[in-house]
Amino acid sequence: MVTNATSFSRSGLSDFIIQRASAVIMALYTACIIGHFIVSPTISHESLVDFFGSTAMQLWSTMALLATAAHAWIGMWTVGTDYIRPHYFGTHATAFRLTYQAGCALLIFVYLGWGLKLFWSI
Amino acid sequence: MNTERPVNLSLTKFSFPIMAIASITHRITGVLLFAGIAYLLWLLSLALDSPEGFSQATQILAAPLPKLVLLAVLAALLFHIFAGVKHMFMDFHLGDSLDAARLGSQVVFVLTVVATVLAGAWLW
Repeated sequence: MVTNATSFSRSGLSDFIIQRASAVIMALYTACIIGHFIVSPTISHESLVDFFGSTAMQLWSTMALLATAAHAWIGMWTVGTDYIRPHYFGTHATAFRLTYQAGCALLIFVYLGWGLKLFWSI
Repeated sequence: MNTERPVNLSLTKFSFPIMAIASITHRITGVLLFAGIAYLLWLLSLALDSPEGFSQATQILAAPLPKLVLLAVLAALLFHIFAGVKHMFMDFHLGDSLDAARLGSQVVFVLTVVATVLAGAWLW
């Protein structure tokens, strides 16, 4: 049996809400980026620095990064608990799943650190 | 739970409804995007680093394969967003009848193809 000891908020209902709230944030952020690329006549290093370097965009990017971290964890957790279980992976399924989850957590942490460094050093 | 019980699902022989195909594609694109984030962050960090970095990113994307990878990540992102919006409509019981769900899935695929073609036209 798979318990919810590794879920994002220890509650399926809370994860459900966080997944959707973070999805809305990321969808709006994506629309914002696409909109900028559409209205900008030319894209250059300077135009990107002007756009992403404003305090408003730095905060907005940070929000999108945090939303991505939560959303990615919930999504990858769901996929992992669906497939990495004894039926497919035998008696070591829990060990495999925890390793997989540790890898996901590490990659999310790398994305967070990388993204924060990127957006706040402009 | 008896985990030794036989499972006789032959996934390759089933004919899946489009809603099921949209659902698994939503999941697959989600996993792909988890890796795709690295590609997007890498290109953006190059472009933001310096004018030289920007031209380096431009040169990378001038080659067909890197550009195709970017288009694939964008296609996955577009599908994931469209399918997510559909999912949230259905959370509110909007369009969750059988016919509406089928139509919704078709709309998600059509929107993705149209938006991906537009993104490709913009990239090339």
